[in-house]
Amino acid sequence: MTEILANPLLTSTGRQLRREEVIVNVGPQHPATHGVLRLEAVLDGEIVVDVIPHIGYLHRCFEKHAESMTNYQQVVPYVDRMDYCAAMNMDFGYVLAVEKLLGITVPERVEYIRVIMAELQRIASHLIAAGTYGLDIGAWTPFLYMFRERERILDLFEMTCGARLLYNYMWVGGVSHDLPPGFVDKAKDFCSYFRPKVKEYNDLLSFNDIFVRRTANVGVLPAKTAIAYGCSGPVLRGSGVNFDIRRDDPYSVYNRFEWEPQIGRGERGTTGDCWDRYMVRIREMEQSINIVEQALNQIPGGNVSSAIPKRIRPNPGDVYVRTESARGELGFYIVSDGSGSPYRVKGRSPCFSNLSVIPEISRGCMVADLIAIAGSLDIVLGEVDR
Amino acid sequence: MTHQEISELLKQRFPDAILEIKTTNVIDPFVKVSQPMWKEIALFLRNDPAMQFDFLMCLSGVDYGKGALGVVYNIYSMTQKHKVNVKIDVPADSPEIPSVADVWPTANWHEREAYDLIGIRFSGHPDPRRILMPYDWEGHPLRKDYQVPEFYHGMKVKY
Amino acid sequence: MEQFLRNIFDNDFFVYGIIGIIPLVWIIPYALFVIYLERKVSAHMQDRLGPMRTGGWHGWSQTIADMLKLLQKEDIVPAAADKKLHKIAPFVIFIGSYAAYAVIPFSSQYVGSNISLGLLYVIAISSLAVVGILMAGWASNNKWSLLGAMRAVAQIVSYEIPTILSILVVVMIAGSLNLQDINEMQSGWFWNWFIFKNFPFVFIAFIIYFIASLAETNRTPFDIPEAESELVAGYITEYSGMKFAMFMLSEFVNMFAVSAIAATIFFGGWNSPFGEFLSGPLWGVFWFLSKGMVFVFVQMWLRWTLPRLRVDQLMYVSWKVLTPWAFGCIIGVGLWMVL
Repeated sequence: MTEILANPLLTSTGRQLRREEVIVNVGPQHPATHGVLRLEAVLDGEIVVDVIPHIGYLHRCFEKHAESMTNYQQVVPYVDRMDYCAAMNMDFGYVLAVEKLLGITVPERVEYIRVIMAELQRIASHLIAAGTYGLDIGAWTPFLYMFRERERILDLFEMTCGARLLYNYMWVGGVSHDLPPGFVDKAKDFCSYFRPKVKEYNDLLSFNDIFVRRTANVGVLPAKTAIAYGCSGPVLRGSGVNFDIRRDDPYSVYNRFEWEPQIGRGERGTTGDCWDRYMVRIREMEQSINIVEQALNQIPGGNVSSAIPKRIRPNPGDVYVRTESARGELGFYIVSDGSGSPYRVKGRSPCFSNLSVIPEISRGCMVADLIAIAGSLDIVLGEVDR
Repeated sequence: MTHQEISELLKQRFPDAILEIKTTNVIDPFVKVSQPMWKEIALFLRNDPAMQFDFLMCLSGVDYGKGALGVVYNIYSMTQKHKVNVKIDVPADSPEIPSVADVWPTANWHEREAYDLIGIRFSGHPDPRRILMPYDWEGHPLRKDYQVPEFYHGMKVKY
Repeated sequence: MEQFLRNIFDNDFFVYGIIGIIPLVWIIPYALFVIYLERKVSAHMQDRLGPMRTGGWHGWSQTIADMLKLLQKEDIVPAAADKKLHKIAPFVIFIGSYAAYAVIPFSSQYVGSNISLGLLYVIAISSLAVVGILMAGWASNNKWSLLGAMRAVAQIVSYEIPTILSILVVVMIAGSLNLQDINEMQSGWFWNWFIFKNFPFVFIAFIIYFIASLAETNRTPFDIPEAESELVAGYITEYSGMKFAMFMLSEFVNMFAVSAIAATIFFGGWNSPFGEFLSGPLWGVFWFLSKGMVFVFVQMWLRWTLPRLRVDQLMYVSWKVLTPWAFGCIIGVGLWMVL
């Protein structure tokens, strides 16, 4: 391997460079790679001949840390830091897995609170995704408008658990704090405030001719390729596959709400292009607001910490539980050996598989398109590298 | 189909490769498979019209301790909407498993991660490099008997 | 102006020296102001406030503070870079932008050099910036800078064609390349301005000129050469300190230069829109600068609203959209004048 790395005429996979090709590194420090990602692009002029992603710059060995924790609850802050833009969804996935391992059920109120938090977090995460995508394409203003809305969501989170980005909120068997008084009204205010904002984003960015030209017919991901590569979430739905874990493999109380998974239909180009993936996220935000409103209306009373176990000591066994995080299918495979600390925790992150599809869909595009494709896959390196 | 039916079908088709089927008294049922025939079984799982397992959800390497490593595959079918969990155990001194990267391209990066962190070698993998650790790292961090090295390229490793 | 100065000094050197420095008297405060203006304009468009603290009232001295900071920065030249080229590149670009001010009339009494080939000179000298950009990109010894520089060259050279063609429309109507003559032909009320003549051809020519000038000055939607999200900072990547400040200065100077040309040839230059009211040599300066600033503001407005075009789409717009339309305008004006 070191011989390949030392030779400047070979790519990292050992391929010989042709005379007109040039290797250019996008990253690891780059404003547009959403984290420390290195895309080794082999360019022929402006055309990308091959792109080889290199990850691992943010590897913090959370899985090894989890094995040395003395309590399953102590893993929750580590899981927060996997996808730091959608921390509530990460918490949700992990605690559901441990609860399945233990075989406990949580009170109704806890289920509703978790759904509300997860959906608000999904909106916040999609705001980051869409805003930074606009920034990659060169539209500076929608980014700030979206972050303005995100501030209101973070205010709601701060009201509840005191943290804005990494919450440690959902615990095994419940949540750490109950909803404070005034939360329901403030959240309903936010819902009615947010709906017209989506229209504003559509006017400013989504249907802007230049934006459509930059993203339509770029990075087309056919449905079969998406499924084969394990893509999930908006990447999969943008390719026209009508699959959403919240509906097709339901967990918690999602089956009590009326909402529709959004899929890409190739309205402005081909099905599965960057515009479709971006538009799926915008439309999902509207659906999430619907879910939040319905949950706020239906939420029952009760005690949120009654089911939190004093000692977590599951029977030996293993379990794989998946949830729909903002970026796709988040799965936790937990192996227990009967003691109080986890034996093996594997986090199956959606961005890991989503990122692996980049070489497949970016051959033959231009450098600017490569950035557009990487942005449309919405990667957070914390999750890819764990 | 339920996991029991899937396992029965597999047992009929590959009688000597299926080592164990466990569907009762366990949270997630699984099928234990011996490693030489794994590629054929994977192709059967993907291509058979009754199975159609086209979505590999997760591939995890596990160090069971006492010289045993293993890989767990959680596979889902988008069309039939059923799941199967397959486990393969290998000894730690010769951990070889056939790669399924051309059956499910998802497995490409997941197998690289299993090799990187647990040390399981996947024969026939198109790109057998490490993925999360640096390319010239020595050792497999998620093993239970892993010792953190003292120095890496002259830098002190322990914090 | 020349006569006035000759009466004071007898020395040619002083007379021409002062004439040459006068645009700088405008440019330096303008640069300080317009950088602050850009930050404030962008902030208010993005629903935030911009600089608020430095200097007290709404952060008015932010640019001065930035200048002082940049002056103190270490001047880094990459070890394997071509040092000579690396050092002179920012100045070449600045020369290209500043030299255009030699022929732009600020008022009826002041024009740096009243040559009869004013417009030709302006277009020619602003192409010097291309050389500077290529020097900067090559000398940085950085693949990203080189990519940015190549794209910049392709963009600027391609967009000069629509620029020249739309200026040609005005030249056909005015019959002269001398900018002071063009200004004098537009005196009177605002309907004498060239943009309203031979409607709609000159109007379309103005639109084409404005879009092409956005590309000349590397502003969004044509800011591929410095596209932050693709090329880090394009050809400016390896520059720090005062040289970086020079690049920024050149960009803003260039912005005003093209706005000034647009104001001069299409909108009457230093002429007052109300005929004899509010007109005179000093009022001329005021009208001229205001018209220039309006176009600078529009350029900023577009930057913060529109996303960026990809390189091949940019070329497409230049060669397949702007150039044919510009030819159409020329033919239209030509026919109008003949018939």
